[in-house]
Amino acid sequence: MDLESMYQEVILDHYRNPRGRGLREPFDAEVMHVNPTCGDEITLRVAVGTDGEPVLKDVSYWNQGCSISQASASILCEELEGATVSEALAMTDEFVNLMHGEQVDEESLGDLIAFEGVAKYPARVKCALLAWMALKDAISQSHPDLAEPIDGDLTEISVADPQRHELNTD
Amino acid sequence: MSLDVAAIRQDFPILQRTVRDGKDLVYLDTGATSQKPRQVLDAERRFVETSNAAVHRGAHQLAEEATLAYEEARRTVAGFIGAPAKELVFTRNATEALNLVSYTFLNATLKRQQDQPLPDGADRFVLREGDNVVITQMEHHANLVPWQELSAKTGVELRWLGLTDEGRLDLSNLADLVDARTRVVSFVHQSNILGTINPVNLIAQRAREVGALVVLDACQSVPHMPLSVSELDVDLLAFSGHKMLGPTGVGGLWGRSEILASMPPFITGGSMIELVTMEKSTFAPPPQRFEAGVPVMSQAVGLAAAVDYLCDLGMTKIHDHEQLLTGRALTGLEEIPGLRIIGPCDLVDRGSAVSFAVEGIHPHDLGQVLDDRGVAVRVGHHCAWPTCRRFDVPATTRATFALYNDESDVDALIDGVRSAQKFFGVS
Repeated sequence: MDLESMYQEVILDHYRNPRGRGLREPFDAEVMHVNPTCGDEITLRVAVGTDGEPVLKDVSYWNQGCSISQASASILCEELEGATVSEALAMTDEFVNLMHGEQVDEESLGDLIAFEGVAKYPARVKCALLAWMALKDAISQSHPDLAEPIDGDLTEISVADPQRHELNTD
Repeated sequence: MSLDVAAIRQDFPILQRTVRDGKDLVYLDTGATSQKPRQVLDAERRFVETSNAAVHRGAHQLAEEATLAYEEARRTVAGFIGAPAKELVFTRNATEALNLVSYTFLNATLKRQQDQPLPDGADRFVLREGDNVVITQMEHHANLVPWQELSAKTGVELRWLGLTDEGRLDLSNLADLVDARTRVVSFVHQSNILGTINPVNLIAQRAREVGALVVLDACQSVPHMPLSVSELDVDLLAFSGHKMLGPTGVGGLWGRSEILASMPPFITGGSMIELVTMEKSTFAPPPQRFEAGVPVMSQAVGLAAAVDYLCDLGMTKIHDHEQLLTGRALTGLEEIPGLRIIGPCDLVDRGSAVSFAVEGIHPHDLGQVLDDRGVAVRVGHHCAWPTCRRFDVPATTRATFALYNDESDVDALIDGVRSAQKFFGVS
């Protein structure tokens, strides 16, 4: 592979200039997630309000880690500004699909499509998903009726198609 | 005569393959696990194809041959660290060996509370209120978490020696930390993350003054230097097979005879007993007492073949070779602007594990660029998370050099780091 396909400019830009970084108040739930294999971590807060339906009033975070996990959190913050909770959860699911190498609706992913190259590297998928799993967890804690609680480690790569990974071993 | 690396590399099939679109593999992750020479693979295969049977039981010829091969392997591996065969317990890995020791304290303490029989001398493992255990801040989680667990279950206090900025043990308060209530001092011989080699006998001397047991995690030293337990003032020593060219699934716990004899069993079941009734059991002498179930047979045979391979090359030569590469790496890396070595910067009392941080590039990203060039390193906290915290880094990049590496591998690492700086625009 060429590194450029993984480290697309949009990822490097978010890594160098993270959007919305820093913890803010008020918030309804705060979670801390770590990637125990490498030590990447994120503390993420959500404030949920209603505007006809539940909306994300604010998502704030503090994190440390590699460019992939940092950029992913920054893009999360940017893409979900003013989103409804159901939109946020739909985007989370679609991003998980992208990371698992499944068919996705590219339009719906916005800048997240830049992570397509990351899906080829199982060890980096966790980095990309860390912020998103934290978001889902935070929503499920503040509004258990809106999101299923996190069950197990959703960032674990599920190798649905082992062939896909074999392609990268030689 | 130095090592003939080109010839050695021919023995390691995996080193012939390419990675990531045809790049030559530059394997610098031996600290995590070593590659295996054909001789080890052949020995394992030969055992399974010709002599496989459950050892220490059965009256047939295969069982006899398997038992002979297994016990011969024990003699070989024990001899490698300068010990008689009866002092070597085969475990599944070093982690299990260290847990065996920490659980010995727990089990002896619980059995004493229940007035259950214990071997003679087991008192040294019976914990009392106010006792403490001393480790260090550079332990692999395998020599940290088991002691935390022991502390949580028994109330024994967990203490640790801190580190200097250079990455060595801060021994200034050794005499205070190791006190009359210290029951065991357990520490790493060579740090898997810093590369530091610790002054074993100096620490042991203080432990002896207070009558504490001395346990050594020798995972990263046994594969890389000549070592004899007769020259180390320790009671128990743990090491791992797969880091020394051997198979996974086998490790070793060496213990002085009288220490092993005084230990109650850890994992219990078949093979480790003497007499069994429905009510109770008595236990076999060491090492069988600590090898419950059908043991790791083909792995032990493979490990003995690895030992033969290392001995044929000569541990002094291997050590000298790795020092040469480590010196080249330290010099080359230190010349890179923004790069900081985490651990000793000179060759004094240090092995071939070289960790570093590069300003502006997270280790994961650095590892990715290196991988793209075929260079395999370890990134992360190396199962020594508290050590990373001590040096204020979330993770490091670590290269380890072994007998099958040469100067070009070191140079590939250094070129790779420079190219990562260019890629991420931080040079």
